[in-house]
Amino acid sequence: MRKLKLGLLVASSLLSANIIAEELTVVSFGGAYGAAQKKHMIDPYIKESGKKILFEDYSGGVAELKAQVESKNVKWDVLDIEYIDVERACSEGMLEVFPQDRLPKGDDGKAAKDDFIPAALSSECAVGNIVWSVIFAHKNNIKTKPKTVADIFDTKKIPGKRAFRKRPQVNLEWALMADGVALKDIYKVLGTEKGVKRAFAKLDTIKKDIVWFDSWSQAPQLLNDGGAVIVQSANGRIYSAIQKDKSDFNIVWDGQIYDLDGWAIPKGSKNKEEAIKFILAATKTKPLAGMQDVAYGPTRKSSESLIAEAVKPQLPSAHLDEGIKASAEFWADNGSELGEKFAAWLIK
Amino acid sequence: MLPAYYSPIRRVWYYALRGIVALVLLFLIFPILVTIPLSFNVEPFFTFTEGMLKLDPEAYSTKWYVEFFLDQKWNIALKNSFYFAFMSTILATVLGTVAAVGLASDRMPFKPLITAILISPMIVPLVIIAAGMYFFYSAIDIVGSDIAIIFAHAILGTPFVVITVTATLAGFDKSLLRASSSLGANPVTTFFHITFPLIRPGVISGALFAFVTSFDEVVLIIFLADPDQRTIPRQMFSGLREQINPTILAAASLLILISILLLFSIEILRRRSESKGMFNNE
Amino acid sequence: MQNTTANDPANHLSLNAEHSLKYHQAIRREKTKALMLVLPLLFFLIVFFITPIGYMLYRSFYNPTVANLAPKTTEILGHWQDLSKLPSEESYKTLSYELKQLQKTRLSGKFAEEVNRRLPRTGSVIKKTARKIKKIELDKVENYQQLLLSIDEKWGKPEIWTGIRAAGDKFTINYYANALDYKLEPSGKLVKQPEEMQVYLPILQRTFMIALIITVLTFLLGYPVAYYLSLIPLKKASVLLIFVLLPFWTSLLVRTTAWIAILQSNGVVNQTLLSLHIIDKPLDIIYNQFSTVLAMTHILLPFMILPLYSVMKGIDPSYVRASQSLGANPFKAFIQVYFPLSLPGLSAGALLVFIIAIGYYITPALLGGVDGQLISNLVAHHMRSTNNWELAAALGSVLLILIIALYWIYDRLVGASNIKL
Repeated sequence: MRKLKLGLLVASSLLSANIIAEELTVVSFGGAYGAAQKKHMIDPYIKESGKKILFEDYSGGVAELKAQVESKNVKWDVLDIEYIDVERACSEGMLEVFPQDRLPKGDDGKAAKDDFIPAALSSECAVGNIVWSVIFAHKNNIKTKPKTVADIFDTKKIPGKRAFRKRPQVNLEWALMADGVALKDIYKVLGTEKGVKRAFAKLDTIKKDIVWFDSWSQAPQLLNDGGAVIVQSANGRIYSAIQKDKSDFNIVWDGQIYDLDGWAIPKGSKNKEEAIKFILAATKTKPLAGMQDVAYGPTRKSSESLIAEAVKPQLPSAHLDEGIKASAEFWADNGSELGEKFAAWLIK
Repeated sequence: MLPAYYSPIRRVWYYALRGIVALVLLFLIFPILVTIPLSFNVEPFFTFTEGMLKLDPEAYSTKWYVEFFLDQKWNIALKNSFYFAFMSTILATVLGTVAAVGLASDRMPFKPLITAILISPMIVPLVIIAAGMYFFYSAIDIVGSDIAIIFAHAILGTPFVVITVTATLAGFDKSLLRASSSLGANPVTTFFHITFPLIRPGVISGALFAFVTSFDEVVLIIFLADPDQRTIPRQMFSGLREQINPTILAAASLLILISILLLFSIEILRRRSESKGMFNNE
Repeated sequence: MQNTTANDPANHLSLNAEHSLKYHQAIRREKTKALMLVLPLLFFLIVFFITPIGYMLYRSFYNPTVANLAPKTTEILGHWQDLSKLPSEESYKTLSYELKQLQKTRLSGKFAEEVNRRLPRTGSVIKKTARKIKKIELDKVENYQQLLLSIDEKWGKPEIWTGIRAAGDKFTINYYANALDYKLEPSGKLVKQPEEMQVYLPILQRTFMIALIITVLTFLLGYPVAYYLSLIPLKKASVLLIFVLLPFWTSLLVRTTAWIAILQSNGVVNQTLLSLHIIDKPLDIIYNQFSTVLAMTHILLPFMILPLYSVMKGIDPSYVRASQSLGANPFKAFIQVYFPLSLPGLSAGALLVFIIAIGYYITPALLGGVDGQLISNLVAHHMRSTNNWELAAALGSVLLILIIALYWIYDRLVGASNIKL
């Protein structure tokens, strides 16, 4: 009996779930982007502060965040959130207000509010950390290469599956672009009921040729293993596949929808002060410049001098006139309604 | 081999039945057999490479196993899986066994209703259990605690314990209990000296079922667990949705190994209790 | 050990009053004892299992969000009589103040989303209004109706107000209506959803169909196996049973993973067929209904085989032989004599498979693509993606009612206490 007790004691201490006391849970999108963030933001911070960080992946959107906040069970301390979602999350009280006045000066001595590009500080709940873009990509050995967004919707010209991320954002914009709506009018048209119908009707034309994925990391994979001939992707994922894995991919910038990502703190985080400290450190000039590893542009002007010449043409900022900026305001107002419509459309 | 008087149709039927059975059994085992060699793929894919088919040793590697054991997330997941399964099994086994002893009594009032309630965690779809627990456990503020998951898993495990123990008790000779108490033993002594040794096989196999149930469970974990409470199946689930790589197959192969061990221990138990006669005293 | 003693102590008692009393006391004691033993588990289940499910049922028609966020507006609109006319100026004033307050505490978005759920296309109006109203000094405003109208003309129609009023109801059957492809209009009328939003009934139907197909498939595949196993000697049968038990004991995730490896576009099946030149481009056999049905059939097959086998093992082969010797041909003998005898196992297996299949989540989530999603996946979708928890609860309740009905049938036909493992 005593042996048994001892055994149980040893076993339970061995098995005890929380051996590692996590001090900060940071979530981001994983894959090549996550690796770059780990290298330039997470690891240096761990080294400098001696704190422990649990670096987790999620696949974006506000759902998980909202669930945590509304059930008052906040597991995350810092999250990387798309600006397309940040306005909505902020207006619905899912994020803490970030003290932007505490942001340190740039390495060149410029005050933070002048150093950051205006969009990066546009939301009171986040600090921009990259400028990135949704583009589409294909393999170079494809018979007919797609050149424009309209080509994605032309299954006669280019047969085969297209892989899109499973959400209304970007897909509805692309549908309208392909249907001939001028770039500057996209959100105006999408704001009307007729425009929404038109976008879904356009998507209907290729519905059976679309493969849906949940997370950006699946995009290069689908292209690689033949699951799709054209994939929608964050530009950095494809860039990294070309650079690191020597994949024979090509990025098409036509119709790119660029956006920012930012660090934000979920409302009710148990480690708010620690979270703020992490964000302050991670958005300094040097860590931001490190995101060039995956061809994401910096949100501080002082980081630009650190960007390699070879990377510059691969940044979204080099292709601004080929696409549009994702409208945070539009998606804040219409995100949940279009989300429901999209889900209903999808399973029909 | 076949009796000579069998008609041709009967002969065809004889072989057809064997053929069908062989095919179905192959269908059952094939996915499990495929998994193991794939986990030794040197390439980061879920496919057999040409080298693998030619049995080229270069095409095989144990690197996904190394990755499995070195990766911090898989390590935490492995520990969590064992921890939750272990704790919930203890809880489920104790509660389930005691309840089964009561349930087996001829004098049990409301027996059908109570049986139906005790078995119901097996029947209600996991998503519903998960949603209900998520609402309720966040209302009483235990979501994200180990206790929430241990309770949730124990609840899923109890019907198995109740069923297996009740089955062993079905042939149990109750005069033994009366004999024991008429000799002056109190109920607790009676339980540990008479009842328990007799129902031990049922208790152990119920406990194994409860263990496996918790070890495999993923839906409740998806809804209730924090990032640092992830288990192996949870890790596999997100891996399959987000980034497929053969580490998942390595994990799968290890789980297959565990299930083989469990299968054999439960079979040995069953055999032993059957051959000895379940109700003989040792 | 032998089974000797008589069962009823009453046999040994002469039935005089005193003994009868003692006998009843003894019975009561035994009853209490049995109940006491069951009680801990029963209590545990009631608190941590049944209460949560009850709570979910409650959530499916109780939603106080709007009433809590904008209590005064809700209250005033409660007194609003003629819904075809605009509400009072007081309503405009109250809403303006509450909206400004909500914008300040960053809860206006939540308020807007809730109203939008009751009345689509109003969320963006409310959000826009809240944003603009934040910068206005409300105390200096003279006409609040004018103010809101200048922000958006929709404030000049009663409709949006009926939406806010309806969303303020704490108790509503709207979510059940939605779960069955109806909607409760703010006026209280129940109408069918527009065609493009009718999703839940078709999915429910699909779930039933898929569960039925899987049940039939497991029967077709499982019956011969169980039959064969029951014929051969026990030693050989227990070896072959490993083929059934190993998958049964193997993790669900492992089996689903294996099916992904087998079916994916460059998986085992496609690789083989391509290298044999039977096909020239990969077949679409994953992330659809087909792969869901295939993998679920595989996963649920043991649940059919095991009960069938345990019943068939108990069937005395002499029955069939007897009917044959009486002149029935083997086929007829099988159908008329053997099959009815195996029915208890079949109904146990079939109901078990059907009940499990109808609530399945993981395999369709991983293998189902778009058209393989089942009702459980929609519950999870509304729990985790749209955060429409009330709708998730209502859908879950509908599913739960179906399951309880099936469980009741199962209990009548098979007996819940007869589940064997």
